[in-house]
Parts: sequence; structure tokens; C-alpha cells
Amino acid sequence: MNAIENVSRRGFLKVAGISTGAFVLGISLPVGTAQAKSSTGALSHELNFFVSIASDSMVTLVCHRSEMGQGIRTSVPQIIAEELEADWHKVTVVQAKADAKYGSQGTAGSASIRNHFTSIRQIGAVARDMLEQAAANIWQVPRSAVKAHKHYVVHSATGEKISFGELASHAAKLTPPDSKTIKLKANSDFSLIGKDVKLTDLDDIVAGKAQYAQDIQLPDMLIATIVRPPVVGGKVISFDASEALKVKGVVNVIALKTRSIPVGINPLGGVAVLANNTWAAIEGRKKLKIKWQLGDKQNHNSNEFSKQLVKQVNQQGETVASKGDVYNHQYNENNTIAATYTVPYIHHAPMETPAATAVVNGKKCTIWAGTQNPQWAKGTVARELGLEKDEQDNIELNVTLMGGAFGRKSKADFIVEAVELAKASKRPVKVIWSREDDIQHGYYHSISANYCKAELTANGSADHWISRNAYPPIGWLWNAEAKVPSDNQLALGFGDIPFALKNLSIEKHAVDSFVRPGWVRSVACINNGFALGSFVDELAVKAKLPTRQMWLNLLGADRHVDPNDNGFKYSNYNLDLAAHPIDTKRMKDLINLISDKAKVEQELPENQGWGISFLRSFGSFVAAATKVEVVNNKVTVLEMHTAVDCGIVITPDRVKAQMEGAMVFGLSIALMGEISVKDGQVQQSNFHDYPVARIGQVPEMHVHIVKSDAPPGGIGEPGVPPVAPSITNAIYHASKTRIRDLPVSKVFTV
Amino acid sequence: MIKMTLNNKPVELDVNPQMPLLYALRDELKLTGTKFGCGAGQCGACTVHVNGQAMRSCVTPVSAIAEQAITTIEGLADHNGKLGESAVQIAWREFKVPQCGYCQSGQMMSAAALLQAIPQPSDEQIIEHMQGNICRCGTYKRIKAAIKSAATHSSASSLSASHSATGNSADSTLPVSTSPSNKSKVEVFSASQFASKKQGASS
Repeated sequence: MNAIENVSRRGFLKVAGISTGAFVLGISLPVGTAQAKSSTGALSHELNFFVSIASDSMVTLVCHRSEMGQGIRTSVPQIIAEELEADWHKVTVVQAKADAKYGSQGTAGSASIRNHFTSIRQIGAVARDMLEQAAANIWQVPRSAVKAHKHYVVHSATGEKISFGELASHAAKLTPPDSKTIKLKANSDFSLIGKDVKLTDLDDIVAGKAQYAQDIQLPDMLIATIVRPPVVGGKVISFDASEALKVKGVVNVIALKTRSIPVGINPLGGVAVLANNTWAAIEGRKKLKIKWQLGDKQNHNSNEFSKQLVKQVNQQGETVASKGDVYNHQYNENNTIAATYTVPYIHHAPMETPAATAVVNGKKCTIWAGTQNPQWAKGTVARELGLEKDEQDNIELNVTLMGGAFGRKSKADFIVEAVELAKASKRPVKVIWSREDDIQHGYYHSISANYCKAELTANGSADHWISRNAYPPIGWLWNAEAKVPSDNQLALGFGDIPFALKNLSIEKHAVDSFVRPGWVRSVACINNGFALGSFVDELAVKAKLPTRQMWLNLLGADRHVDPNDNGFKYSNYNLDLAAHPIDTKRMKDLINLISDKAKVEQELPENQGWGISFLRSFGSFVAAATKVEVVNNKVTVLEMHTAVDCGIVITPDRVKAQMEGAMVFGLSIALMGEISVKDGQVQQSNFHDYPVARIGQVPEMHVHIVKSDAPPGGIGEPGVPPVAPSITNAIYHASKTRIRDLPVSKVFTV
Repeated sequence: MIKMTLNNKPVELDVNPQMPLLYALRDELKLTGTKFGCGAGQCGACTVHVNGQAMRSCVTPVSAIAEQAITTIEGLADHNGKLGESAVQIAWREFKVPQCGYCQSGQMMSAAALLQAIPQPSDEQIIEHMQGNICRCGTYKRIKAAIKSAATHSSASSLSASHSATGNSADSTLPVSTSPSNKSKVEVFSASQFASKKQGASS
């Protein structure tokens, strides 16, 4: 937890454009952090205020999480404003720079609200308390006689009120109370949380004024485009830049630092062309001649590799969790299903390709980047520049809007590229990735195989369940010897199986890595959720039951599941399992809700079918239902629903938007998303061969949000995992063709 | 030196004539509302209007738009020239269409061009016209709804600044399919098609 401090009188505020007399609360370092006694010297360090109230009553709130389309620049200030009792129309939002003072800024794992709801609320609550105290002091009445309401503090007995603006200079003289002693609002008193407010960036986006990393313009700036090694771990042997340098506008050609495995979040190396404009850089790049040493990953072929993974998961693996005994059991073949599911490498393909701008002057560095993890990027840049830990604040990292990210922009590789080139060229440099660069040098969702086996029971359920998976682990980024996923990764829709099974074995396999693995929206829940959702449908078909009924039977009685009971070290997405339980009742309610709302058991015309699926992930529960038609070998998605129980909802319209977006993202994964690798090189290059969903493929869509007072779960990712299996299950029910290998486009026209 | 009208103002560009308009707008003229998405005319993020018709600026060399009237998102306006208040922009705000927002300039420029040509488009016409604009966040449902709303609320739709400036009518400037079965089809032109004044298949 961070400590909140009154910084109203610090000299830096003028620099930040905050007028004298404003009431400003800052955040001080997390307790126990090594830099706790760090100076207030550098500019970037001084701007870590969270709440500022000016004498004209205008409130400035900081958003310390990164915006990639999820609406966090609305939701974080909305939560602060709720506890502050601020009028939303008088709120301005400022984006935090990278600074350890804010605590975690890593915007990933759908974590912003589920992990930080209380600490964000406390910031607003402390400010409100101080304004109330200031008013009580002015009126010389007890603290309990006053109450903040909509930008005023009101004297309850007389109805007299003083505006926040008038109180600001008084509150500025007070010492903040311990945030833990301040009572937060009761849910029933919320006036902003759970309501749709004006979205922070909407007007700028619609006017074309919103600024993304690609849009940064600096005087004297060069634009860089980089040819990277075609194979991960490859190196430049030599290059000839003579023709490239003849292109008008090309200023410099620079070889980037050679990098090696483990790749981490570092750049890949290569050769950069720097020019006065993007076009010259692109034209110059075409004329570069580079000799490569491709390295030992050049023999990787994803088709062959997928077959190897399938072979692996059809053999017993290393136990992750177990219960009873599945191996000394005589399976009745007539009642047993074993199925193997595969998912290819998948790429984020955000509409804005990676881009970053940097200026380096000696030990000082200023960066503009759309990054999901500002502090990680800053630390990585500091190491790149050889700065000591206490020199980190020489780096000012400005966080821009991201034109989509989906996990890609957690990595700092493109930011370090800009820093490396700015340092080498002694000029401001903006690195822009082409779409081809983006698709061929990504951090991919790992190619995978999942195996499921179970035997139907007499009561319409199943037992003697085996789940296995095999895929290159993300840990390989930092440890070239890593071959199995971490427990955290295995928790994603795999080790946390919620079914009432007496005999269970969950197993993992050791796998080599060949391309950079990464977090793609919902991560391993993509493949694990696809396998689980498909297999439940296969069991239902075998048992001649509606799929809904099979889910309900497998989930069994109302209870809270604890995967630790099966010997699995379960992290529950870093959430407290008591506050965020694996609650089978919430699961069953949601599966019933989606089935009823979508009417999935209705009679359909020939060649049409409904499919459903479900997964709890990132602390939220999501069910999906899809209706498809399969005619002449062509799949048409006709209707999609998702139902979500994410606990308390902050901004309902953005929850809805995330669910709509997840349906489209899941549809791309299911129908056509495939990165293939041949000779260590990604075969796709742009949207013609890495197609993503277009408007014509998107059907009627419905989102059902469950009203809940439970602590908030995540929302950016949980919508994705149930979508793909709902589509392939629907395809089965429409056509009797079971898709176990994604994408669907391998079998059907989409 | 290439002369053109940009958002109602005369502009001269001293660049390589082969430079795609996108980079001239972003790097030379510092108009960054028009976005780079693919560089190959595949995603629509860079869509602008040339004489009121939707064009992919990433594959349109500046030589092809000499003496033409260009409108970017920064110049999109209502009938009275009020910037940011075109029918599609009003609808985009009403339906809270954007998520990350990066593709939305291109989406709105395509939508505005559609409504100029077909003030009351059918669902099929909306899909056909908007098929070239990718939104990775998946805002398609709202894009459809916003276009329908814009069509309903402003039967004449929005005029782009350059369009009103040149005084051309939609009928004379908007290319339509030569196919007799689909008279109202709106084309989105790639550079080469526009440069040679061909009116062939859409990109």
C-alpha cells in the first residue's frame, strides 16, 4: 500500500501547470522500497500527484494505468471521483509517467481494477476527508457535522455549503490521515461507480486529436525503420548501406547491438535506417543488403512441431495436480472420450504497430511510448544506458495512448530500440514498426496441444479425468533452459478445473522454444479454455445431454473449489481465494443465464447449431453462446452472446464494450488466426495472410452483465476464452464436424 | 512542388512525388489524425477523402492527388463547416464507438464517404463499404449502429470540407460501380486506380 502525502506546497506544482493555492495529494513510495528516501530532484519524479483541486474547483486526477482501449482512463478517475464526491464534469485526467511512486503501473492480466480497486478508492477518500476537515475547521463544528456532496462540503444541520475550490487552500494545510482509517463508501451510496460517465478520450478520438505513440513529433527528429534478424537469435554478419544512403532523406544507417538468447524484453538487433521522413526510411530499407547468421532456431517448422506436441500430450506427463487414481482404472471404451486439441501461434496485431520516440542527452533520456508497463520499460532502459538504480529518474517516460496492445506492448523491445538509436545518432528518434515487422517479430501466443480424457458416469457426469498440455513456456524469455510453464501459467484454465471429480490427473510436458512467446489477451486460457469448452461439449454429445446439462452435472453441488486440495499450488490470479472464490454456484447461474438468454436449446433449421462454453479467468466468470450456419462448407456466424459476472461493475458501457471486443477477438482466433513458422521464420506478413475479423463476419451480438456486489474481477481478458469453443461447438451441432485444431479455416471457408 | 487543397486550405508539398499521401500528411504537414495501419491498403486506418471519395492514403502517391481536394479527419465537418460535428462524428460519440480509437479516423472517413454516396445505406451496403476497415478492438457492432444513426439523423449526411469547397455534387464525383446490377456500390480506390482514373474493382 502506498502512503498518501500532502504535496500542495511543493515548488514543482507550477511546472505541472497547477496554480498556487491548489490542494494536491501525492503518493509516496510503497513501504519497503529501496528508493524510499529518493530525492525529489528530477522532474519526472515530482509530478506524481494523484489528486489536485484548484481554487476554481477544477479537479485534476491522475490515471496511473495505461490506456489501450479498455477505458481505464475513465474508470480509474471515476473511482477516485466517487470517493472524493467530485462532480465528473469538473474532472480532468492526466496520464502518469513511469514512476515507482505509483506502485504497480503494469497494465496487464486484467488487473487494474481487480487488484487496485481499494487503493484507488483510498486516494479519493483521503482527499474528501481532508476537505471535510477543512470545512469543519472553518465552521468550527465537529468533523461529524459535515459531509462532502457533489463538489461541496455541506454543514448537515444548516445546509450551508462551501465549494471544493474554496476549501482547497485550507485543505492544503492539513496532514493527510492514514488512508486505512478512512471509511470507504458503502456500495449502496455509489453515485458514479456503476454509472456510465463521459469517456475521457472519446471527444479527442472522434476529432482525430488523440495522441498515440506513432503521433509524436519533435524538432530535428529522425524516423527509424529496422530490419531485424529473420530468426530469433540470428545475427548480422555484415551489411552494405551504400545504396540505402543514396535515398534522398536517408540520414544514417546504424547496426543495432547484437542480442542473444535469452531474449527477455530486449530488442532483436538488426540494422536501422534513419531518415527525415517515414517514406525515405522505408525506401532506404529496401536497398539495404544484409548477410545474416540465422542461428540454431532456423530449423523450426510449426507444422512439424504441432505434431510433436500432439504426440507428447498423448503420453503421460509430469503431474501438476491429482486426486484419486486415473491410471489403475479400467476405462469402458463405450463411455470414454479422449481428444487432442491444438491451437497455433497467435499474434496480437494491434492496429497501431509498436512505436516509440526517444531523446538521449548523456545520462538524461526522455521517452514517449505506448507501453503497458511503464516502470518495467524504464528499468530496462536504465540498464541499457548503464544507469545506477538511483539514477533511474534521469529517465522521463511519457505514456501515450496505445492503439491497441492486447499484451504486445508489455514488452519494452521497441522502446529500447528507440533509446539505442537516439543515443547512437545523437538526435531524437522515432522507431516505427511496419505491419510486416509487427507480424513477423512478435511475442506470440504459444503453439499448443491439449489432451483431455474422461469416462461418463451413470448420473450424466464424468470422472477419471485426465488433462494434459504442452506448449513453449513464457519463462523461456528469461531462461533459455525453461521447458515447462510456471504454476501461474498452469493456473490459467488448467490447474483450476472446477468439476466435482473423484479421480483426476492434470499433467504438463517439457517443450523447447523457438520464437518469442508472449501474453496474448487471456494467455494460456486461450488453449486451455478451448480444450475444456470443447471437451465438455463432446462429453455432452456422447451422453446425449444438452451441453448446459453436462456443465451443470460436472460442476456438481454449490461449493467453493480449492485447487490446492489436489496438490496444485494455485495462485488464483494473485487474488485472495476467500474474497474471489471459485464459486460453482456463480458458474452454474451464468451457464443457465446464457443458455436461457440465447435460447440455445431452441429447434433450429437444418445446418444451424448453437454452441456454448464457459471459463472463469482473471477473477471473472464468462459464458459464451454462438449460433452458426454451415452450408456448402462455409461457416457463417449468425449470433453471439456473452454473459459476464465480474463482481462490482465500475463503467458498465466499457464492460459491455470489452465483451463485444472479446467476441470479435475470439472469433478471429477461432476462425482464422494462425501464425506459421518455416525454417525459423514467420510466414505471414500483413492482413492478407494474417486475417483478422472484418465487419462482414461479425453477427448480431448481445452482452448480459450480472448485477453483483462481489469484489471486482478482471474485464479485458475474461471475455475471450469461452468464445472460440462456443463457435466450434456450434459448428459441430450444425454440421457434425468436430473442430479440434484451430483455426476453423483449415477445414471450412470462413 | 505538388499543390493541393487540404481541409479547405491550399497546400504546397515539396516531397518525392512517389511518397504516399499518408506520410506527407503525418511527417511533413504534421496532421497525425490519419493513421498508419498496414502500409498496403488492407486495413483502412489511413482513409482520407479525395474529392469526397474514400481513399487509402498509404498507397496513394502525392503525385496522384495534385490539384485535388483532400479532407482528413481534422477537416471533417457539418454542413456549416463546423469541425468535428459531422453526422458520423456525432453518431460515433453517441454510440461510444471507439475503444483504443486508433482505427476510428479511418472508420469515420469511410463512413462519411458512404453516406455522401448513399444517404440511406442498407445493412449489406454498410458491410460492403466498411469491409476494408479493420478494427482489432472489435467495435464493428457499434460502427454499424452509428452509421445507421447518422443516416437517420442527417438524410443528406455530412459534407467533407473539401467537398463543399470544390462545389462538386456527390453524383458527379463519386465513382460508382460499372456493374448494372449494383448501381449504388461505393468504391474505395487504391492509388494506382485513382491515378489512372480507372473505376474497377474495389481494393
